[in-house]
Amino acid sequence: MADTMQFDLVSPERSLASLQVSAVQIPGADGDMTAMPDHAPTITTLRPGILRIEGPEGSSEYLVTGGFAEIGAGSLSVLAEKATPVSEVTRAHIDELIAEARASHEAAQAHPSIVDEAAKLLADMEALGTHMSL
Amino acid sequence: MPSLKDLKNRIESVKSTRKITKAMQMVAAAKLRRAQEAAEASRPYTARFNAVMAGLAASVGGSDSAPKLLRGTGSDQVHLLVVMTAERGLCGGFNGNISKLARAKAAELQAQGKTVKVLTVGKKGRDAIKRDLGEYFVGHVDLSEVKRLGYSNAQDIAKDILARFDAEEFDVATIFYAKFVNVVTQIPTAQQIIPASFDEVEGDGDTALYDYEPSEEAILADLLPRGVATQIFSALLENGASEQGARMSAMDNATRNAGEMIDKLTIQFNRSRQAVITNELIEIISGAEAL
Repeated sequence: MADTMQFDLVSPERSLASLQVSAVQIPGADGDMTAMPDHAPTITTLRPGILRIEGPEGSSEYLVTGGFAEIGAGSLSVLAEKATPVSEVTRAHIDELIAEARASHEAAQAHPSIVDEAAKLLADMEALGTHMSL
Repeated sequence: MPSLKDLKNRIESVKSTRKITKAMQMVAAAKLRRAQEAAEASRPYTARFNAVMAGLAASVGGSDSAPKLLRGTGSDQVHLLVVMTAERGLCGGFNGNISKLARAKAAELQAQGKTVKVLTVGKKGRDAIKRDLGEYFVGHVDLSEVKRLGYSNAQDIAKDILARFDAEEFDVATIFYAKFVNVVTQIPTAQQIIPASFDEVEGDGDTALYDYEPSEEAILADLLPRGVATQIFSALLENGASEQGARMSAMDNATRNAGEMIDKLTIQFNRSRQAVITNELIEIISGAEAL
C-alpha cells in the first residue's frame, strides 16, 4: 500500500499546493472527512472550513471556501474558490468573508428557496471565525 | 511645397508620436506577460473543474431532475449575448473583431425570429455595437476601475447573469471574447454558457465509479453556478491576454510606420534644404557675372 498520494490544491487564480501527502482532512458539505491513500473515489462539495494536510514534510492548514474535492485513485484534488494558508488569515479576513455571506443572506431573503443555503453559509462562516479564535 | 520650417515641425511631431507608441508597446508587452501568467495559473482549476462537471453532467444530464442550468428552460426564444471587450482602445482590431462577431450572431438570431438581449462588459465594445444593437442593451459591466482581474470580478458578472436567468429574462446565454493564440493572432469566439454544454470537454471515462457526497444532483446544482463564473473568469483572462497582445502588435506597427515616415520626411527636408542652397548660389553667381 502506498503511504502517500499526490495532492493538489488549486483556486481559480493560482495553484496553491502540489505535493505528496499521507492524509488530508476535508471540510465536506456533509461533515469533515479524512482522506488517506487508497480512499474510495469520491467527489464532495466543501463548506467553508479548514483543510488540514499531513505529509512527510509536516502538516499545513488552509482556509477554504466553496468548491469541491475530488478523491481519485492515488490522487486528491481540492478545487476551492478561495483558499488561503491559515498562517496568513487575519480577523479582518474572516470579517470580510462573514460580511460577504451576510450580504448574500440578505439578498436571498427575497428568494425563499435559497435562503436556507445562504443562512447555512453565514453560520459556517461565523463558526469558522470562532473556531479559529482570532 | 511645404516650407523648411513646416517640415521640421512635422518631423518633430512624428518623432514624439513614435516615442508614445514605443512606450505603449513596451507597457503592453509587460502587461501581456502578467496576463499570460494569470491565464496560465487558472488553467489547472478550469481543466479539472470542467472534467468533473462533464462527468457529472453525463451521468445526470439525461434525467428530468437535472438542474435548469444544464437542461435549459425548454425553449430557445430569448438569447442573451454577453459581449466582453476591452476598456481601452488603440489595440488594433481587437474590439472590432469581437463586436463584429456579436453583431453577426445577433443578426443571425433575429433572422430566425429570436429575441436578442445584450449585456456588455467593457466600454469599447459597448460603443462599437451601440448603433446596431443599442435598443437591446439590458446592462453593462464596467471594469475600467479594476487594476487586476480577480475571480471576484467574474463572480459578480456571473451573479448578474444568473439572477437574470432566475428571473426568466432569457433562455440561452452566449459569451463573446477573443481567445489568445499568440501575439499576432487572437480568435474572436462565441461560447454558450447557459444551458451549460460540455461537448468539447473530454470527461474522465471512470467518473461513474465515484461516490458522491452529498448526492450527484446536489453537487451538480451547487457546481453549475460556479461553472458559469469559472467560464467567465477564464474568458476574461483570455480576453486580457488577447487585448495586450493585440495592442502590442498594433503599437509595434505604429512605431515602425512612424519610423518610415520620419525617414521619408527627412529626405524631403534635406532635398528642400539643398534646393534652397542651390538657388541661393545661382543667384549669387549670376549676380557676380552680371557685373
